[in-house]
Amino acid sequence: MLEHRKTRVRSPLGNAPAVTRHQRDWGIALMESTDNRYILRATGIRKSFGGVQALKGVSLEIGKAEIHCLAGENGCGKSTLIKIISGVHAMDAGELELDGVRYSKITPLESIVHGVQVIYQDLSVFPNLTVKENIAISSEVASRRRLVSWRRVRKIAEEAARMVELSADLNSIVGQLSVAEKQQVAISRALINDARLIIMDEPTTALTRREVQTLFRIIKRLQSQGIAILFVSHKLDEVFEISERFTILRNGENVITDDTSRLNSEDFTFYMTGRRFEKSRFEANPTGARPILEVKDLGLKNGFTEVSFSVYAGEIVGITGLLGSGRTELAQALFGIRRADQGSIYVDGREVKISSAMQAMACGIGYVPEDRLTEGLFLTQPIGTNIIISKIDQLTGLLGLIDEARVSGEISRWVERLAIHTTDPGRPAQTLSGGNQQRVVLAKWMSRDMKVLILNGPTMGVDIGSKHDIHEILKSLARTGLGIIVISDDLPEVLSLCSRILVMKSGRLSGTLEPRNVSERELAEICVGG
Amino acid sequence: MILYTGAGTQSGALNALVRGLAGCFRRQELYVALTIVALCTTVQLRSGQFLSMNNVVDIIVSMIVPAMFGLCALIVIVSGGIDVSFTAVASLSMFATTKILLSTGYNGSVFWAFAMSALLGLILGAVNGAIIAFFNLPTLIVTLGTQGVFMGILQGALNAQEIADVPQAIFDFGNSRLFVATNPTSGLSSNLSSSVLILIGLILVTFFLLRYTIWGRGVYAIGGDAAAAVRAGFPVKWIKFSIYCLVGLIAGIAGLTRVCMMQNCQPTNLIGMELLVIASVVLGGVSITGGSGTITGMLFGTALITIMSNSLLLLGIRSYWQNFFTGLLIIVGTGISALQLVASHKRLPRIMDT
Repeated sequence: MLEHRKTRVRSPLGNAPAVTRHQRDWGIALMESTDNRYILRATGIRKSFGGVQALKGVSLEIGKAEIHCLAGENGCGKSTLIKIISGVHAMDAGELELDGVRYSKITPLESIVHGVQVIYQDLSVFPNLTVKENIAISSEVASRRRLVSWRRVRKIAEEAARMVELSADLNSIVGQLSVAEKQQVAISRALINDARLIIMDEPTTALTRREVQTLFRIIKRLQSQGIAILFVSHKLDEVFEISERFTILRNGENVITDDTSRLNSEDFTFYMTGRRFEKSRFEANPTGARPILEVKDLGLKNGFTEVSFSVYAGEIVGITGLLGSGRTELAQALFGIRRADQGSIYVDGREVKISSAMQAMACGIGYVPEDRLTEGLFLTQPIGTNIIISKIDQLTGLLGLIDEARVSGEISRWVERLAIHTTDPGRPAQTLSGGNQQRVVLAKWMSRDMKVLILNGPTMGVDIGSKHDIHEILKSLARTGLGIIVISDDLPEVLSLCSRILVMKSGRLSGTLEPRNVSERELAEICVGG
Repeated sequence: MILYTGAGTQSGALNALVRGLAGCFRRQELYVALTIVALCTTVQLRSGQFLSMNNVVDIIVSMIVPAMFGLCALIVIVSGGIDVSFTAVASLSMFATTKILLSTGYNGSVFWAFAMSALLGLILGAVNGAIIAFFNLPTLIVTLGTQGVFMGILQGALNAQEIADVPQAIFDFGNSRLFVATNPTSGLSSNLSSSVLILIGLILVTFFLLRYTIWGRGVYAIGGDAAAAVRAGFPVKWIKFSIYCLVGLIAGIAGLTRVCMMQNCQPTNLIGMELLVIASVVLGGVSITGGSGTITGMLFGTALITIMSNSLLLLGIRSYWQNFFTGLLIIVGTGISALQLVASHKRLPRIMDT
């Protein structure tokens, strides 16, 4: 490395790419540039993990200052490809060309020196440090400083924050910021490292629609500064809205790379999944004379007020609205996580008091939370244990001891019924993919005989194929006489899954809609506007 | 200038002062500081002896060694670990140093005695650090193990007994004092030991390391999110290793300071102090899960625990009740901040005013 530092090689070409600060610091030789249009060219990348082929000769080309979308279902090899580009994983075969420099293997540092910055899904920010330190620290480390100059840290952070319109105070602690703000911190940090290609791994998963719009504005602005973006997503509307070109992977292989303008929604789903789905609406078959759940003038201070509606057995009722409209608080009040302070709840026509999750469960109400990863599962516990945990008290035999035979029978019944992909239900729940984890959460509730099941964002972060499967499961559950409430801000989902839609705004129910009488655009306008 | 200060600017200055205080002290630190003030006032009103010069000096002197250990605990806890071996490191380093100096008939400066104890501490700390950083084992388990090993070496291999005759240099340093404070009513007097200068030195060095070096920010970064620290390019293994080296070094100095102040070398009576030290650090607002904590907070926590036991003596409460009250203080003190955290999670944001 030392020798490299002394001999600084200048690019022989006239139109040499701009030298980044790290390239200068590390004296990376800028070699012949074969094609100047691309910041990144990956060809024939292969990678296997313990005999499993994750990438089977994948190619990806990203032009300079291009917004490129990489899509594919979970497990298609997106993450592996990113890790190879950033030098975290070594490729088995293939070639990577960054800014005209060819590599058959690349280290994380070399990748950074070429201006490749990855913003991981977990954002990798330090929750305990201030915004300015989070932004500046990695460049301070990279430039091999020993002492911290807080003046310099502040200056660097101010500059980067201006570029992404960061609204948070630079002195506030990052742990107290919203996800969107944390993401802006992560982007700022990427920028000060002389980013020329920023890879964002599913950046919109935890954002509200308004926050997504802000993110897109930032991305467009970065593009105008000559920075290329690789946007990893499996959400169709986002791919359409932001990207110029897209690449779709399936099972570790390229399916297609094309201009986004030539893409339509049916093809997108087909490329992603290899399956064609019928576009369908759910027609409910409500049974019973009286509602299975009825809510009258329910209110919660600072949450929602005067909410009245009813759910019949066999219905799927969607509750939608912007973040902060009170939809989550309403769901939590129905399940006793928060205690409503006004109004009344009736189950099967009988008034019930719900002030704890235990009471809600006793009334036959189940709840699948928003963040399945932290709220719904015991991630380190076996899949099977997670499934039967809510009815463990019913699976006892002599002396109140747990009856192992009944437990394992129950487990295999649900694994089969919900098609949970696992070779062994004894493995920890965290080994499952997102969609399968979601199914385990469903199994957990359905194993108790529920009357009403409340799902909060049931397919958040789930890919199209699994989403479709989960919808089918929910529809078939409704047909067996369960009342289902789906809380979601995914409008296409609400429209195709629900038989009735309630819109919440500023803590009030502002309307009831029939999905077949309303388009997605109209629904969006109702959610936002007056 | 001062003549022209109007009422407006005065209240402005007051506001700035309040904001400044709130900025300097984080919430937990502020509470501990207020508790200290309340405690001092109560004891002063009851006994009239608390704020006498000699009692204040007594309290400062009895804080010296605990505060040095507090630095050890602070650094490790901020990095997300927990160390219960620093008292064993201190005991072994100071005993070995005293023994070697005696057997060689050393009669030079006390500086070299400290250097030797510090070096021994650093070596023992490096053992901790190597196991923790390079084998990636849980810090509590590793230090529990090495605590036993170090004490075994001390009591078995070195056959440690109390040494009443310490080397001259150590004896002299222990006798040296910055000034004597005499209580005019009781006639009691207390010496402010020169050892307090060593504590001040260690505090300044640690403050500088934690606040103004990339290494120190790395300690906080690792405590916040170790995986993110790796991605940010910190040499995480090296930082972890060096943390325990530094802690060993400080413990070695603390051990010898203790010998100087007691003017004898008691090999075992530091053991058991580590839990109280950790408790007072946590009381001072240092997050037990790592990533946050300040030296100011650590000093407040240590001061509160020290003043507590001192004032119980002044109030004539029997010594076994001290443990009771200290325990109570820890539960209440750390419990309050935990409750606040829960409360802040429960509070709903206002959304109705759109």
